[in-house]
Amino acid sequence: MTDPALRRTSLYDEHVKLGARIVPFAGWEMPVQYTGIVDEHQAVRTAVGVFDVSHMGELRMRGEYAAHVVDYLVTNDAKKLADGQAMYTCACSELGTILDDLIVYRYAGDDWLVVCNASNRDKMSAHFARAAKDHCDFADESDATALIALQGPGAFHVLSKMGSDAAGLSQLGSFRFRKAELAGVPCTPSRTGYTGEDGVEIFCAWDDAPALWRALMGAGADIGIKPVGLGARDTLRLEPRLSLYGNDIDETTNPIEAGLGWVVKMEKGDFVGRAALAKVKAEPLARKLVGFEVTGRGIARHGYALLDPAGQKVGICTSGSPGPTVGKNIGLGYLPASMSEVGTRFLVDCRGKSVEAVVVTTPFYKRAKR
Amino acid sequence: MSDKVPSDLRYTKEHEWARAAAGEVAIGITAFAVEQLGDVTLVNLDVKVGDEVGSGKPFGTIESVKTLSDLYAPMAGKVVRVNDELASKPELVNEDCYGKAWMIAIAPSDANAQAALMDAAAYGEYLKAAAH
Repeated sequence: MTDPALRRTSLYDEHVKLGARIVPFAGWEMPVQYTGIVDEHQAVRTAVGVFDVSHMGELRMRGEYAAHVVDYLVTNDAKKLADGQAMYTCACSELGTILDDLIVYRYAGDDWLVVCNASNRDKMSAHFARAAKDHCDFADESDATALIALQGPGAFHVLSKMGSDAAGLSQLGSFRFRKAELAGVPCTPSRTGYTGEDGVEIFCAWDDAPALWRALMGAGADIGIKPVGLGARDTLRLEPRLSLYGNDIDETTNPIEAGLGWVVKMEKGDFVGRAALAKVKAEPLARKLVGFEVTGRGIARHGYALLDPAGQKVGICTSGSPGPTVGKNIGLGYLPASMSEVGTRFLVDCRGKSVEAVVVTTPFYKRAKR
Repeated sequence: MSDKVPSDLRYTKEHEWARAAAGEVAIGITAFAVEQLGDVTLVNLDVKVGDEVGSGKPFGTIESVKTLSDLYAPMAGKVVRVNDELASKPELVNEDCYGKAWMIAIAPSDANAQAALMDAAAYGEYLKAAAH
């Protein structure tokens, strides 16, 4: 059953030991669930969960002009970052469509890290390498870099037990990162995530990940830490409406219609896709990515058609599942702008059955401020 | 994997079970199927009492957080009962798949239809083979 072409992260044996169900994902054998999607989802919302996201790509840009190259390739304004600060952004094609969504980390003015989706690693690696040519150094560090996410209200309780260097990590601002040594492992925790909860994502050397993983699992045992697979990662990101590349956004969508206009900074100067996006912004949008709730009996799934009340296909569902925390069947999809207002009723074609749905405000879930 | 395979039931390759009693056959899904699905969030039974179902034909769908699966009738017959409770309590499938989460009962067109299905021993072997 094992496909030799599939790769394993350095945490693969940990997943197997923890009873994970392993599935192929973006060329990797990854855990989709351990104890169950809902159980893992609730652990992250109420306690803490740990995720292996080592499959993601890490691209390093160094040199005097690294900042310029990175900034030219992304839609958000990288020039606004300070050392030790990160930001979410899109990288677009010249057509203004989305090549990938990324987090860009400024280690120093001449030292930048770009984290891309596993499914886009080869494409983005080539894209950044091409732009870096003759301007700055480029290195694809994905094979040497592991990434563990620690997410949930108990994340900093867990970190506080990871050694003397962990002190003060809770003071790290949102989208800030620094080097640290946790349980003896040199690493870089960053206050970012993909769950809607507080927490960190921790970069470390590929082979150090098992030691760090086990230390986190041990430190979180008292509050019921759970390993979390890709299944719950998807429901956890959908509730706060975080986009999933390949589902909600791809090379046929632009950031404006996808609701990611807030990471497109037209005033920052030239960047790849700027002219096309200026045109998009100058005209009324044809369609918008909206959040919806299925009010009838059904669950919208990726690829299902969205219908107007007369039954005509007018859009497409890009993500959908039960929302374990919101307690409703929720989804994202593209609808004509004229049907994108909150409260608009439409139908989801659930394999031939028309099921009622309504456009709602997003995020579906927002964590309470402490 | 669950190795609980009740000995008094018959089974299909699609992981449905059939229980014959008093001229009708109750149908549900096995613990193995439930484990594969995970948390069941929706059961749609698309038949009503009096409908005819064909052997191997879908009579509804079951959905978990991640996936949707069809439910297939293991034999042809007329629907005599439908478990309406599953509409509001899909979690019964996770809690008691061989009991409270029976889905439909049919009066088989062929009284011996159930003999064509796997017995517990054969289904157990089938699961073992599927695991490799």
